[in-house]
Amino acid sequence: MTEHTPLWEVFVRARRGLAHSHVGSLHAPDAELALRHARDLYTRRQEGVSIWVVPASAITASSPDEKDAFFDPAADKVYRHPTFYDVPEGVAHL
Amino acid sequence: MNNPLTFTFALALGDDALIAAQRLAEWATRAPEMEEDIALANIALDQLGAARLLLSYAGELEGAGRDEDALAFLRDDREFRNCLLVELPNGDFAMTMAKLLVLSAYQLPLYTALAGCADERLAAIGGKARKESAYHLDHAALWVKRLGDGTEESHRRMQAGIDQVWPYAHELFVAQPQAPVDPATLRGEFDDTVSAVLAEATLTVPESGWAPGGGRDGVHTEDLSYLLAEMQVLHRAHPGARW
Repeated sequence: MTEHTPLWEVFVRARRGLAHSHVGSLHAPDAELALRHARDLYTRRQEGVSIWVVPASAITASSPDEKDAFFDPAADKVYRHPTFYDVPEGVAHL
Repeated sequence: MNNPLTFTFALALGDDALIAAQRLAEWATRAPEMEEDIALANIALDQLGAARLLLSYAGELEGAGRDEDALAFLRDDREFRNCLLVELPNGDFAMTMAKLLVLSAYQLPLYTALAGCADERLAAIGGKARKESAYHLDHAALWVKRLGDGTEESHRRMQAGIDQVWPYAHELFVAQPQAPVDPATLRGEFDDTVSAVLAEATLTVPESGWAPGGGRDGVHTEDLSYLLAEMQVLHRAHPGARW
């Protein structure tokens, strides 16, 4: 049965105020059951206050093959970090 | 014994939960998929948790020195007071969901009423267990709707499961006016809950006057004996065994 049911990615919010974090995935025939299963699998020990389930097929992911083109150009652009800039003397509200 | 009526009542509810837990645990490693396996084991453990509280309390009320283990593992079938519903074999997955639907639609209003009863211990147990029952009902209803309103084959098997289980629902609501909660008062809510689920699942309530009973008096089906043999063998062979 498992091979016929879709894969769902599970996101759990640990506490109010925090963002939902990816915790794993599971198989379920539909969204409602995916949510129930996520409750059983990932919040058994009070890990969360809110759960999202997302069809894994709905996620568009960056490809590992494109890693260089995607991420490396940022490596030598230190001016993108706020610490690159000196704050002039006497600026109170920057 | 201080309060024989409350003892009998707590024992019956504890036995319902204990036998239901044992039956549900039979699904471990056999459920249709891994996620469902864990869900059923969770529900079984909830039932076991309620059974432990209820049997411990029953043992205290009895005042004969029997603890939860003595009551669970050292009684024979004629001394068990569970309803026949929970001892029925699991059948296929659809029948198991039919059993869980009927059981949880009965336990939810029962524990809710118990949470407001005069007996403090029973009220505390009811308050804890009703949230778990709400989840059990939700889980059973989800599957009954999906299987009932699913394919031709799943509909056939879900209806067959309901047909097999339904006669055993009547025993749950036999009047006990002196009990902390009279089960007869819960029938209305049970009927409303179950008929709404069955309607959405395109299933029908079987029309049969057959209403087997006897569980509350210790007269059980032979299925209970086999269940007890498996559940009790370890404790009887090695009294007080722990791990």
